[in-house]
Amino acid sequence: MSASIETLVNKEYQYGFVTDIESDTIPVGLTEETVRLISAKKQEPQWLLDWRLKAFRRWLTMTEPSWPNVKYTKVDYQAQTYYSAPKSVKPLQSLDEVDPELLRTYEKLGISLTEQKRLSGVAVDAIFDSVSVGTTMKDELKKAGVVFCSFGEAVHEHPDLIQKYLGSVVPYSDNFFAALNSAVFSDGSFVFVPKGVKCPLELSTYFRINAAETGQFERTLIVAEEGASVSYLEGCTAPKRSTNQLHAAVVELIALDDATIKYSTVQNWYAGDADGVGGIYNFVTKRGKAMARAKISWTQVETGSAITWKYPSVILQGDDSTGEFYSVAVVNNHQQADTGTKMIHIGRNTKSTIISKGISAGHGQNSYRGQVKVLPKAEGARNYTQCDSMLIGNKCGAHTFPYIEVANDSATLEHEASTSKIGEDQIFYCKQRGLNTEHAISLIVAGFCKEVFKELPMEFALEAQQLLGISLEGSVG
Amino acid sequence: MSTASYQDQFAALASERKGPEWLPALRQAAMTRFAELGFPTTRNEDWHFTSVTPIAERTFKPVRAEKSSVTLDALSPYLFGAEDWHRLVFVNGRFDPALSMFAGLPAEVTVSTLADALKTQPELLVEELGKLAQYVEQPFTALNTAFMSDGVVIHVPADVVVEVPIHIVHVADSGAAGAALYPRTLVRADRHAQVTLVESFIGLDRATYLTNAVTELTVGEGAVVGHYKIQREAEDAYHVYTSQAIQAATSTYHAFSFASGSALSRTNIYTRLNGAGAEGRLNGLYCLDGSQHCDHQTFVEHIAPNCASRELYKGILDGSAHGVFNGKVYVDPEAQKTDGKQSNHTLLLSGTARIDSKPQLEIFADDVKCTHGATVGRLQDIALFYLKSRGISAVSARALLTYAFAAEVLETIEVDAIRLGLEALVFERFTNGVPA
Amino acid sequence: MLRISDLHASAGDKPILKGISLDVRAGEVHAIMGPNGSGKSTLAQIIAGHPGYEVTSGSISYEGEDLLDLDAEERAQRGVFLAFQYPVEIPGVTNAYFLRAAYNEIRKAHGEEEVDPIEFLDLVEEKLKLVDMDPAMLHRSVNAGFSGGEKKRNEILQMAVLAPKLAVLDETDSGLDIDALRIVANGVNALKRPTNATVVVTHYQRLLDYIIPDHVHVLAGGRIIRSGGKELAHELEAKGYDWLLEPAGVGA
Repeated sequence: MSASIETLVNKEYQYGFVTDIESDTIPVGLTEETVRLISAKKQEPQWLLDWRLKAFRRWLTMTEPSWPNVKYTKVDYQAQTYYSAPKSVKPLQSLDEVDPELLRTYEKLGISLTEQKRLSGVAVDAIFDSVSVGTTMKDELKKAGVVFCSFGEAVHEHPDLIQKYLGSVVPYSDNFFAALNSAVFSDGSFVFVPKGVKCPLELSTYFRINAAETGQFERTLIVAEEGASVSYLEGCTAPKRSTNQLHAAVVELIALDDATIKYSTVQNWYAGDADGVGGIYNFVTKRGKAMARAKISWTQVETGSAITWKYPSVILQGDDSTGEFYSVAVVNNHQQADTGTKMIHIGRNTKSTIISKGISAGHGQNSYRGQVKVLPKAEGARNYTQCDSMLIGNKCGAHTFPYIEVANDSATLEHEASTSKIGEDQIFYCKQRGLNTEHAISLIVAGFCKEVFKELPMEFALEAQQLLGISLEGSVG
Repeated sequence: MSTASYQDQFAALASERKGPEWLPALRQAAMTRFAELGFPTTRNEDWHFTSVTPIAERTFKPVRAEKSSVTLDALSPYLFGAEDWHRLVFVNGRFDPALSMFAGLPAEVTVSTLADALKTQPELLVEELGKLAQYVEQPFTALNTAFMSDGVVIHVPADVVVEVPIHIVHVADSGAAGAALYPRTLVRADRHAQVTLVESFIGLDRATYLTNAVTELTVGEGAVVGHYKIQREAEDAYHVYTSQAIQAATSTYHAFSFASGSALSRTNIYTRLNGAGAEGRLNGLYCLDGSQHCDHQTFVEHIAPNCASRELYKGILDGSAHGVFNGKVYVDPEAQKTDGKQSNHTLLLSGTARIDSKPQLEIFADDVKCTHGATVGRLQDIALFYLKSRGISAVSARALLTYAFAAEVLETIEVDAIRLGLEALVFERFTNGVPA
Repeated sequence: MLRISDLHASAGDKPILKGISLDVRAGEVHAIMGPNGSGKSTLAQIIAGHPGYEVTSGSISYEGEDLLDLDAEERAQRGVFLAFQYPVEIPGVTNAYFLRAAYNEIRKAHGEEEVDPIEFLDLVEEKLKLVDMDPAMLHRSVNAGFSGGEKKRNEILQMAVLAPKLAVLDETDSGLDIDALRIVANGVNALKRPTNATVVVTHYQRLLDYIIPDHVHVLAGGRIIRSGGKELAHELEAKGYDWLLEPAGVGA
């Protein structure tokens, strides 16, 4: 691998700074008391505490999954802190009251929460460690009847909706990390789009882990009622720290009949240094349930985290429902990713599309793991899967583990996968036309990822561009 | 799911066993390992889609010594009409010299039963036996290694070409009921040698038994080895088979697995491309019906650079049959310029048939070209309609299209008699008594 | 403009060029002919800076600079253009974007402003006519799925847009039917200026019916064994290469 390829793939992590802010942090360790303490801090109703406790007790009986193709030092769950909040965050009347230090943090991350500089057409919920700092554009959304607020706020303002939908797609007993999240989740975002409403703005949540030795366990719940539609984006960064930090989130999407939910992620958690020290352990459960004619689409650009364990899934419950998964996963240095999707076809004439692009560099190990399951009643189910891997250098790895399970003869499934490297001849061709090696590689990579990038909303396409250090103009549109 | 009964059997047999000194030690190590591993469960990723509970909950015993009553006539439908092939027949695990015929081999080639080879070629066996098949990791291989009773040892020295296939026929009849058969085959083809091995597993009567077979193949530099495995066990039988090949530079190994028998079968075809420029071809076809469960696992290890692997497996599933394909291609960091292709296609003929397919790539080298593909579907209505509109009956149209689906993989068979035999078999199976 | 002096080069351990000397002045068209495996394409690739070859001795100066000191992209930015014998596919990257990226890199290298997509499109549309190319081709991925003729035309389009000082055409005629050949040649001729030069590498004489060379060189066994005017090409067409090879001590 030439020196310039190294430079390109080893770009310095830009978001590694630490915000010096006084925090209310609970002692390390995880017991039933911890769960009660978190619930009390959030002044939660009894039913939610009970739910958390059920989850916690179940979690105690579960073991960490060993099947992912990743190797890491097991997490000491008793050495983590499960709640940390900036002291200055109190119920706010307006965003002007937010601690200026926090506003500066988000400015540095490229997210402006103040009125003047906000991106037009995007409403942002900013989550700092365990709590929401503030949500922008609330009034505009209110006019449309859309609820977009922190999860904590929703528990108090919309308890009936939370009680109805929480855990309805990802039950607390689903898996080890989902159970842990259900017990100790601190905050997150809640979106509710009522019947027939097309959400007028892009909704966005920005997650920032700041405190050391603190896990982030957020919970996102998005409900689109009949005929509603919404596009939601999340972004994530964390400071550089030499210890591993845990992020175990749960995202639940509910798309009722004829609804559409588009969920995009640009994940840039700190990935650890060049020797693989530090970085975020990203163990996330994301799942959506699509009712009749509904559509759920996941798009993810994953460049960060030391370990990624994540399978955004769609349960195609209703007839004629659609599930999509578009993913770019980049691993470099000693990063490891085991990511993919599950498409569970239950309804008739359900359709799913999976496009996965994995790029491995350095010592990175990238695994695609995807399940397509067609149940006996899913007449006419269709799936198309394409997963391509690109290798940069000879110390990395690319792995593909598809699980194709079909129990209906009218199903049509196609799976294609390929692995290739950036061709020396491609680089020379670009150089002969005047592009330097770095530009040539970013161009080739952008071309490789084109089918995924074109699914990203414009605002995030730009962030993804910065992230990969590549120009998107050629691959978008 | 206890392994205790097998430990008891092992202890009981220990005194009867003969052979060179190293052999009991190997058997004992394998037995100890099996006791540790136990039967695999579906929590094991390699057995995720296949539960061996029906095997594990029974206790299959070593077969009783009995005189064979199988005749050549009874066998003849399974011999591909190939009278000139070299043939070694085992009935219920025991070698039957009367049904066998392998005198016409080139003089340099040694073919003998495992029992004989232990006396005549102990140095070859100590060098090769149990060296490729992984009893440490694979419970069924461990069980076979502990109990292997008889089998065949083939050695083709350098530059020798065996023109005609060597057919090893494992027959079970009612005498096998309740028994476990542990055939073991060892093939060594030295530099530039050529040989074709055919292994048939045949059930003549309705009986519940377990075949647990292991085959090890060493393919020397530039050697060409064809390996056909034809599984037509009895419909109540259980069948577990593992073959492991190792390929030296520029060698060619072509393995073809056909399966239509057995209630529950698992076939593991593994090859390690260990020398530069070697080529491995793994193909297979399974035709299932009723409540049959048939699992194929393949593993191609690209260890050396510039090797090619080609893999095509097709399944035709009717009734409530359950097919499983689990194909793994591994590319070592040293295996640059690897060219790997793998596909699995399944045709579902009934609404209750089921397929689980897991084609996997594990790639650690950057200058490689690897692809895999999988499709699942049923016969296209439009194609059926087209044939019907030309006056072909619905049943014939279905048979014709099914046969056409299988033809692509049958075409990879290089031994004409096997190709024609299997083509006829597939065609018959799906026309099933319907006038042409 | 281009001066090659006693150039020796090898690929791996295998010597391919064994002492090439060549002078190309502004306004000239040079044809380099020779049998397969003579080193013609290697010479073209070395001028463009392909990393697969090692120059073992000799020099190439271009506009007074040591060309061998420059990276491939620096040569391109200074006006050296290679029309590839086998144009490379870049899936997912549109032709239009690729061309503009290249155009802007070259402008940047000359301290000029980059052009925006709209301005650029105007510029390209005019050049498209030159090679009789459908504007829809601009929105397809670079060379991906192009026919052989389309790929070659695309090379000439790139040449037209990037306006090089020194264009090297490597077997641009191979695989083209006569219509495509004419289009490509017309494109090249239309781009001829007194200030630029063209080196045409070819096996056959037929391209030289359309692109008239000032000088013809015969390359064989890694050496130029004969140079002459355009009539040398006709002679080669009539007699083949053998009559030259034997006296020069080169096997075919």
